[in-house]
Amino acid sequence: MMQTFSKPEKRSVFRKRIFEEIDKLGISSLPIVIIISLFMGAVITIQAAFGFESPWIPLYAVGITTRDSVILEFAPTLVSLILAGKVGSSIASEIGQMRVSEQIDALEIMGVNSSSHLIFPKIIAAVFINPFLIIISMFTGILGGLFFGILTNVVTPYEYLYGIQYDFRLYNVIYALIKTVAFAFIIASVASYHGYFTKGGALEVGRSSTKAVVYSSLLILLFNFILTQLLLA
Amino acid sequence: MIEARNISKSFGQKEVLKNISLVAEQGKTTLVIGESGHGKTVLMKCLVGLEEVGSGAVFYDGRNFSEMKIKQRKEIRREMGMLFQGAALFDSLSAEENVGFPLSMFTTMNEEEKLERVNFCLKRVNLENVNKLFPSELSGGMKKRVGIARAIAMSPKYLFCDEPNSGLDPLTSLVIDDLIKEITQEFNITTIVNTHDMNSVMEIGDKVIFIYNGQKWWEGSSKDILHTDNKEVAEFVGTAKVLKELGK
Repeated sequence: MMQTFSKPEKRSVFRKRIFEEIDKLGISSLPIVIIISLFMGAVITIQAAFGFESPWIPLYAVGITTRDSVILEFAPTLVSLILAGKVGSSIASEIGQMRVSEQIDALEIMGVNSSSHLIFPKIIAAVFINPFLIIISMFTGILGGLFFGILTNVVTPYEYLYGIQYDFRLYNVIYALIKTVAFAFIIASVASYHGYFTKGGALEVGRSSTKAVVYSSLLILLFNFILTQLLLA
Repeated sequence: MIEARNISKSFGQKEVLKNISLVAEQGKTTLVIGESGHGKTVLMKCLVGLEEVGSGAVFYDGRNFSEMKIKQRKEIRREMGMLFQGAALFDSLSAEENVGFPLSMFTTMNEEEKLERVNFCLKRVNLENVNKLFPSELSGGMKKRVGIARAIAMSPKYLFCDEPNSGLDPLTSLVIDDLIKEITQEFNITTIVNTHDMNSVMEIGDKVIFIYNGQKWWEGSSKDILHTDNKEVAEFVGTAKVLKELGK
């Protein structure tokens, strides 16, 4: 642990590694985040409209429900779970493959702190870029709700837009971003741990990858509960 | 000079190395031979510090490597180069970037100087026009040569080669053997090679150490090995039919 977070060997190389990881872990995840968020918002809107058929509930409640569901839970937690699958398995298999093919030993022989060189930039990149992905997910989710809500004729644009602005609380976004940072740390560190301590061959790399996804997903769910209790209760 | 004094290593209850001592001299190639599973790779890992020795010590030009802290070890490791069994090139980097990697990490060379050094190293291992190729685009022999180029990029004092000929055809094996021998003499490096290839023993071995059941079983020159009375060594050598004939 101390080795991982120790001072980098050379700052210029470390900086370059962070940008590479931001691209690999964050930018490349953008299409999947947008697609998932778009349909997530659409489904929440349609389900909310279906549930609010009573004349006592105003139609703008559909907008409120979509906004709060997306911001509070779906964007930070669901998208983080998706990222745990996509990014987590990619990190674990990349580092695991480096371990079994002696590339990590090669780094050590050169006098490079392999854990700091490989893992630290991934953690920094994930913690930095994931909040941006989640913000994009929030926008896309709400936009998806609007677009598909109008398309399926379950809500009018005026009511939906009124609903998403009604009693808007910035703290909800901050809460979601705090969760996102915690989840990003879990995804990058758990996946790196499983990859780094892989022993054996290709089969074990696959196992490490699976373990990384399972454990990081479980930890995300656990910390989702803990952080929600701490920040909202 | 690399010196191992009475090193032992166990994994759980299993003792893999038993009280091994050896001296590898500067400018010469010391070969560690033996059957698979008898401790050659563990011995090399102990020498370079990838595995901690259970007891005993490893000295690099009189400096006790086994007792050093991580920071001091890093300094010694920058004087080491290692060719791994599978070359261990970084998959995400091109041949040029692989060779230049230690230069980027530990020198203040600018891009031009770095490229000059990389080209020198690649040319030294008889590789040209491969700079932009990735490991997946290189043949087994080319990978090994890029591995050697990377190992010599920092002008190491100590070179370690773990099974440099594994998976290579006899002709390419000879090329790799010649390269190791030439580089060792040209740059006056202390080289230790792990192998079970008897051709390598005859080709490059200034000194040969035979490991059997985790013990140093025999030590001598590549000429002595053909005429030894040691049963296990004779059996090992005898598996190479050509050498058996030569021995007669």
